[in-house]
Amino acid sequence: MSSGVVQVTGELIANRRVGAYHHLTVVAPGVAEPAAPGQFVALAVGGPTSANLLRRCFSLHRVKPSGTYGGTVDVVIAAHGPGTQWLTALRPHDAVDVVGPLGRAFPLPSEPVSCVLVGGGYGSAPLFWLAETLRERGCHVEMVLGAASEDRLFGVVEGRRAADAVHVTTDDGSAGRKGWVSDVLGEVVERTAAGVVYACGPMAMLRSVTEVAQAHGAVAQVAVEESMACGIGVCMTCVLPVTGADGLTRMVRSCVEGPVFRGDRVRWDAIGDGISRVPDDAVGAPRPGGH
Amino acid sequence: MADMSTTLAGASLPNPVMTASGCAAGGKELQRFFPVSELGAFVTKTVMRDPRSGRPTPRMAETPSGMLNSIGLQGPGIDAFCEQDLAWLQAQGARVLVSVAGNTAEEFGEVVERLVASPAWECVVGVEANISCPNVANRGLVFACDPVSSERVVRIVRGRVPASVPVFAKLTPDVTDIVAIAAAALGAGASGLTMVNTLLGIVIDTDRLRPQLAGVTGGLSGPAVRPVAVRAIWQVTAAMRAGTLASAPVIGVGGVRTGRDALELVAAGASAVQVGTSTFNDPSAPRRVLTELEAEIDRHGFDRFADVVGIAHERMARP
Ligand SMILES: Cc1cc2nc3c(=O)[nH]c(=O)nc-3n(C[C@H](O)[C@H](O)[C@H](O)COP(=O)(O)OP(=O)(O)OC[C@H]3O[C@@H](n4cnc5c(N)ncnc54)[C@H](O)[C@@H]3O)c2cc1C
Ligand SMILES: Cc1cc2nc3c(=O)[nH]c(=O)nc-3n(C[C@H](O)[C@H](O)[C@H](O)COP(=O)(O)O)c2cc1C
Ligand code: FES
Repeated sequence: MSSGVVQVTGELIANRRVGAYHHLTVVAPGVAEPAAPGQFVALAVGGPTSANLLRRCFSLHRVKPSGTYGGTVDVVIAAHGPGTQWLTALRPHDAVDVVGPLGRAFPLPSEPVSCVLVGGGYGSAPLFWLAETLRERGCHVEMVLGAASEDRLFGVVEGRRAADAVHVTTDDGSAGRKGWVSDVLGEVVERTAAGVVYACGPMAMLRSVTEVAQAHGAVAQVAVEESMACGIGVCMTCVLPVTGADGLTRMVRSCVEGPVFRGDRVRWDAIGDGISRVPDDAVGAPRPGGH
Repeated sequence: MADMSTTLAGASLPNPVMTASGCAAGGKELQRFFPVSELGAFVTKTVMRDPRSGRPTPRMAETPSGMLNSIGLQGPGIDAFCEQDLAWLQAQGARVLVSVAGNTAEEFGEVVERLVASPAWECVVGVEANISCPNVANRGLVFACDPVSSERVVRIVRGRVPASVPVFAKLTPDVTDIVAIAAAALGAGASGLTMVNTLLGIVIDTDRLRPQLAGVTGGLSGPAVRPVAVRAIWQVTAAMRAGTLASAPVIGVGGVRTGRDALELVAAGASAVQVGTSTFNDPSAPRRVLTELEAEIDRHGFDRFADVVGIAHERMARP
C-alpha cells in the first residue's frame, strides 16, 4: 500500500491540448514528493456539490516536487464521459481536489537490464518518467507506442528524448507502422535482449504484451485499468483475478495492490469483453449450493 | 460546544457519527486520512463465515448523486477478519460495530460465535446483522424482505451475543411495510435498527446496450437515496412514538454527505448516523460530517445532541 497519500485542493496551472488529449498541470502540495512512476491520482469532478460523486483516476504523467508553485503533478486526460469532460474544460486557477499518490509503482530492476516500455493511447503517459528513471539506473530503454490513429498517440517526441529508441504503430497506419504494438514488440524484445517489458494501456493490449514478453523470456509489468469508485481501497469495486506467490487466485483490489501487476500473475483467461469474471478456482469463488 | 455523546441500547459513544458497512473496508485505508478512533464507532464491511470472492466486475455504475454497487459481500471470512482487521481496530482504540451475515440463519450464528470468542472482542460496541444485502447470488437471501426470516436470524444472533452488547438489525427500504419488518426484528430481540441498506437497481450501458454491472442488479446508494432513508427512519420512529412499535434506537444511514444531511436523519429519529458512499468522494467525509454536525447542533442552540433526536416529529406544521 502506498504511504504518504494526501488529499489536497490543488490549483490548475496549465491545460494544453495534445492531439486527442488534454495535458493538465496541477499544483498539489504533498502529492508529488512521495510519488513514483506507475502511481496515480484520484480527482474529484464537478465541484463540492457535484452529482458525480465518484472520483476519476489518472496515471501520473510527471511530477515536479518543488517548482515555482510548489509540487506539481501532470496528468493526460482523454475527454470521454461527464467527469473527464469537466476536467478537460478547467481553466488556469480553477480548483481541483486531488487524492494521491495512490497505488503501487512500477518495480525497478536492481541491475541495469534492457527494458521495453509499451504504451497504448493515453496509456503511454506514465512511461516517459519511468524511462528516465530507468536510464538513470543505466538501463537501455526502448519504447513502443501505439494507438488507433495518429492523433491518439501520446508523447512520440517526448519518447525520443526520454528513451534510446521509439517505435510507433497505429491501427490505421496514419503514423508509424500499421498494426498493433504486439506486432513489433517481439522483435524489439529479442534485439535488445530485454529483461523487463513495462506496459500501460487497454486490457486487451496488456494481455498480448504479457504473452509476447513471456514468449521472449522477459517479465511483463503491466498497469491495469479497472473501474474504480474510491481509488483508496475501501469500496472493493476495482478487483480483478490475480494469482499470488502462493499459487492461489484472488480477486484483488487494483487500486491498492495494483495498478501495476506482473503480467503473468493476471488471470487473462477470466478477463475480456469489459468483464473480469471470478475464476472457478479463485479463493472464495461461488460454489454450487453455496453463495 | 454541545455534548455530542449518544447512547444506543446501553452502548455509550462519545459521538454519533460512524462509517457505513462496506464503505470503509477494515479501517486501515481511512486511517491515512483521519484517526478512526475519533468516530463514534467504526462499522466494518459485512463479514461472513468463509472467504468470499464476490461478484465479477464491473461492480459499479455511477448514477445521478449516487451509484450502484454489486460487490457481493467479498471478504476474508470471520477468522481472518478477527485476526487481522478487528485486532488492528482494537489496537487503534476504535469502538467497533461489526457487521455480520450468513447464507443461512444458522450461519449468522456461527459467525457471531467466532466473533464473540475472538481476543479482540473487547473493542466491539455492537453487532449489526446485515439481513438486507441485495448482492448475494440468491435473491431469496434478502432476509429483511420477510418478517419470518428476519425474526429467525435476529433471534439466533441475539442469542449468541452477550446481553450487554447491543444487536442492530440492518433493514432494506425495498419492502412494502418497513414498520412490519422493524417489528419482527425488535420482537426477536434486536436492540436497535440500522436504516437503510441500498435499494435494488439496474443501469443499462447505452454503448453496449447491456446491463452495466456484470452482476446485472446492484444496490443504489448516495445522496440520491437520502429522502428514502429519512422516510424509513420517520415511519419507524413515528410508530415508536405512537406506541404501536417497541421503542428502540435507530442508526440512520443513506446519502449523508454533510453535517446538515446528518441532521436530517437525526431530526427524523436517528440516534446515530453512518456515512457511506460520500467517503468515496471525500475520504475524510465521516470525520468532517462529525465536525459539521457539531456546528449544526450549536447553530440551533442545543446543548445536547440527544435533544435533537426525532425533534421533527414535534415540530410538524399542522393545519
Ligand atoms: C489507475 C488508472 C489510471 C488511469 N489513467 C488514465 C489516464 O492517464 N488518462 C485517461 O484519460 N484516463 C485514465 N484512466 C481512465 C479514466 O479514469 C476514465 O476514463 C475516467 O474515469 C472516465 O470518467 P468519465 O467521467 O469520463 O466517464 P464515466 O463513464 O461517466 O465514468 C463513470 C465512472 O466510471 C469510472 N470509469 C469509467 N471508465 C473508466 C475506465 N476506463 N477506467 C477506470 N474507471 C472508469 C469513472 O472513474 C467513474 O467513476 C485511468 C484509470 C485508472 C483506473
Ligand atoms: C460499495 C458499497 C458496499 C457496501 N457494502 C455493504 C456491506 O457489506 N454491508 C452492508 O450492510 N451494507 C453495505 N453497503 C450499504 C451501506 O452500508 C449503506 O447502507 C448504503 O450505501 C446507504 O448509505 P450511503 O448512501 O451513505 O452510502 C455498501 C454500500 C456500498 C456503496
Ligand atoms: S477503487 Fe475502491 S477499493 Fe479500489
